[in-house]
Amino acid sequence: MSIKQIVQHTLIGTVATLSLAAPAAAEVDFSGKTIEWIIPFSETGGSAKWANFFAPLLSEALPGQPTVVVKFMPGAGSTKGANWFQEQTHKDGTLLFGTSGSTQFPYLLDDPRVRYEYADWNPVMASGTGGVAYLNAEDGANYDGTGSSVAGSDYIYGSQGATRLDLVPLLAWQMLGMNVEPVFGIKGRGDGRLMFERGEATIDYQTSSSYLSGSAELVAAGTAVPMMSWGSLDGDDIVRDPTFPDMPTFMEVCNATDGCETSGEQWDAWKAFFISGFPTQKIAFLPAGTPQDVIDTYTAAFDAVRNRDDFAEISAARVGKYPVYVGDEAQAALATAISVPDSAKAFVKGWLKDAYGVELK
Amino acid sequence: MEAITQALPAFQEAWSLILQPAVLGYLLLGVVMGLAIGVFPGLGGIAGLSLVLPFMFGMDPVMGLALMIGMLAVVPTSDTFASVLMGIPGSSASQATVLDGFPLARNGEAARALAAAFSASLFGGLVGAMFLTVFILVARPIVLAFGLPEMLMVTVLGLSMVAVLAGRVPLKGLAAAGLGMMIGTIGEADAGGSLRMASYDLPYLTDGLKLVIVGLGIFAVPEIVSLLRQDTTISRSATLGAGWSAGVRDWFANKWLSVRCSIIGVVVGVIPGLGGSVVDWIAYGHTVQTTPDKSRFGKGEIRGVIGPESSNNAKEGGGLVPTLLFGIPGSGSMAIFIGAVALLGTGEIEVGPNMLKDNLDVTYGIVWLLALANVFGTVICIMAAGGIAKLTTIRFTLLAPFLLMLIAFAAFQSGQNFEDLLALFVIGLIGIFLRRFDWSRPAFLIGFVLSDSVENFSNQAFQIASFRFRKDFDTGMDYVFSPIVMTLIVITVLSVVVGIRQSKRIMAEGDVASGSKRAPIIFLLVISAYLIIALINANAIPHYAFTDKVVPLVIGSVSLVACLVLLVQMLLRPEGDTVFADKEVAGEDADAPGSLWGALAWLAALIAATWLVGYILALSVFLLSFLRWRATLAWPRAAALTACGIAFMCMMAGSLNRDFPPGLLQSVFDLPWPLT
Repeated sequence: MSIKQIVQHTLIGTVATLSLAAPAAAEVDFSGKTIEWIIPFSETGGSAKWANFFAPLLSEALPGQPTVVVKFMPGAGSTKGANWFQEQTHKDGTLLFGTSGSTQFPYLLDDPRVRYEYADWNPVMASGTGGVAYLNAEDGANYDGTGSSVAGSDYIYGSQGATRLDLVPLLAWQMLGMNVEPVFGIKGRGDGRLMFERGEATIDYQTSSSYLSGSAELVAAGTAVPMMSWGSLDGDDIVRDPTFPDMPTFMEVCNATDGCETSGEQWDAWKAFFISGFPTQKIAFLPAGTPQDVIDTYTAAFDAVRNRDDFAEISAARVGKYPVYVGDEAQAALATAISVPDSAKAFVKGWLKDAYGVELK
Repeated sequence: MEAITQALPAFQEAWSLILQPAVLGYLLLGVVMGLAIGVFPGLGGIAGLSLVLPFMFGMDPVMGLALMIGMLAVVPTSDTFASVLMGIPGSSASQATVLDGFPLARNGEAARALAAAFSASLFGGLVGAMFLTVFILVARPIVLAFGLPEMLMVTVLGLSMVAVLAGRVPLKGLAAAGLGMMIGTIGEADAGGSLRMASYDLPYLTDGLKLVIVGLGIFAVPEIVSLLRQDTTISRSATLGAGWSAGVRDWFANKWLSVRCSIIGVVVGVIPGLGGSVVDWIAYGHTVQTTPDKSRFGKGEIRGVIGPESSNNAKEGGGLVPTLLFGIPGSGSMAIFIGAVALLGTGEIEVGPNMLKDNLDVTYGIVWLLALANVFGTVICIMAAGGIAKLTTIRFTLLAPFLLMLIAFAAFQSGQNFEDLLALFVIGLIGIFLRRFDWSRPAFLIGFVLSDSVENFSNQAFQIASFRFRKDFDTGMDYVFSPIVMTLIVITVLSVVVGIRQSKRIMAEGDVASGSKRAPIIFLLVISAYLIIALINANAIPHYAFTDKVVPLVIGSVSLVACLVLLVQMLLRPEGDTVFADKEVAGEDADAPGSLWGALAWLAALIAATWLVGYILALSVFLLSFLRWRATLAWPRAAALTACGIAFMCMMAGSLNRDFPPGLLQSVFDLPWPLT
């Protein structure tokens, strides 16, 4: 793109925004409009990466090729932005909202700050990810695929908070009989990896794309030893993550470990929160009251994006090799993500209180 | 040595990448956009990068990098305009510049101050790039050597600058810094999520207050209100003294100071997790300590501008190290930068550990584009400085409504809530009284800025240390007292001792007259009351969330003790003692024709009207009535200026895709942009 084109685009964009909102067209056409994609996290997180990846592709695929801008509204671990989105109603289809597992968990755990209701929103696209846990080199040398082989040491883990996605790894390690002490208050998983690299943290986990771009290097250099992936969901079963086919899943490690059960209350709770947090981690929503033709337009656009010839290639490095769901599939994915049984919720609430003194009141 | 021989071919490739007309063209375009955005307080690199992000997809990597780096590099250059000319800290990079830059503008030396600041910025940027060229090859182990105890000590070193800036009564400075820290702890704690002085019924406070709002409230609001009361021009003599060439000569005379502060900037910038907020204070403290005659600091000492400005552009270069080498962004704008780099070309450049191995030429390209952008940006700024400095000779009553318009918009950008405006007003009130009673405002701000880091680093370092000590005593000691920590402790102690001896001569607020006991004592009692409430509130946090209460309890108690000692002093000492400093007794404020409340009422009116009818409608009425009745312009001129102001706001916000605060009216009716 030449300088001239950039200047032109900028000017056109400005003029378009300045010339007051055009009357709504009969068929859905976004020519000259600006779509705002609100992300309730800061610019540093995985959700920013995800939205920034999809935004230009979506812009090409929507009728009229509108500009899609990603806007950030961080606060209270996404609760602030989600509460704000709950109050938005359909205007002209130019508002899109993106959530993450960290938006789903407080909703499931009845966090008092949650004033939003997933059932009111219209999901148009959902995508998942996986995660990998890894150990420091010294303890990793003893690792033989069971929790017992590494349960003798005490571990430190840089954590963003026990009520966030971190509850999945924390609960998993505890089930394996490992003593992992979380150091709370870090701002992102990248900071956790840095803490691990400095030797202050001795165990870590990253989502798939961050593992590939940052931690795989540590494994190659011999300073980290991969322990397990969380796995991937096939129907109702947990199978090996297609991104890491050589790595055992937590389920396999748990089965091989004495005292770790892949049935019962604890396992059901872990699995329910894993399903909510990873295979359907990020969802794009249109606000309440959006007419069906607008929903269909977005569904078609995201469908076109995932069917691009080069999609597998360009998405692998940035968001990982995971399925992208649109339309009814996205609706179904959302249903799975938020249908955590009450028994699992009760178990996790009790565990959070006993292990970390966290009470959501 | 091996690394150097590897690097040499990459040097050449990097130069051939950069030195293409199209690349330089994009760089210049980025620089111009960055300067335009940086002038606007509250909008930084994030706003600019979001603007170009849609164009990055598939763009030629080197050209895209040139555009983005041009923009990022010069934001800390052009925000100097607002800090020197108006006393508005445009971003966290220019807080310390306000301390001496604004007094220089008031002395009619705005052009000189700007030129010195820009020369220092340029030099800092270049030193930063040169340093990085070598350092980036060996940086990784050094960056990893900075663990939590080391980062905590750097934060404490920043905090120790309070000693230098405490003012004539050190206890007041200590209490001001403590109050700043306590205000910084408001909201949900990072560690355990407990609420401090906040409630879920007031969601705004749970997130804590934003630096932009506190900076504007503490520095900009009091100055604007005071100038508006005096009804003169910013430059006391209404003329411009020394021109820009004098400023360049000033910088040259202090080139070694500039070298030292640049290196401070790069080194602190390199440490991930500290960001830029401490750099300019450490540089300012260093400047004060190495200046033989300290009497002019706070009243317009040119070295006080050169020091921090040398460090803040150098810091941008340092900040690239964690970003490029670890893929961990040091700031919000760096995070967008990482995201945008992945969009370039076919995505072949991946920021992170492989950057040095696979893309060393691109890495050097980035470092030197940064240096070139600094050169372009500074030359443009120095050329513009003389003209823009003339703003300080305009009647302030004509400038004030536009400044209030800008700071209200800037405050809103920080959180996109109406409460941002209320917070600005409340913090502004605190700033006005801190200024009036000669409580150190820089100390307050340093406390606020660093409270988060102090709390997080000390909690986390404590947890890890106790873990190591449980292993065995030596492991624990090695962790806590590493050579870097020991060195930093020595520097901190020296800086505090030297600072306290000198602070009496550094008067950030000028020579404030003292008066009767009543007003200063009431202010002190209000502060103490807040501290007591905050202490009770922190103490109520249950014991399992100990990490959330320990810092507020310790800091609050220390500040409260300082306040109580001050109270005893106030009761014992006679009226007229320095402890009773009060700007309303004598001096510019006391002699001003307008009243404090009258000036403040205009800001209150703008905020209240925004709450009713939204920002743009409120602003139209506000500008028109201010210009007509307060500035007594004729209707046609008032209307014309109002139209200019509104058009400027809409253009700026429209091109950057920013929203305006909506009001009650907008919740009832759907109005078209920009009235939304």
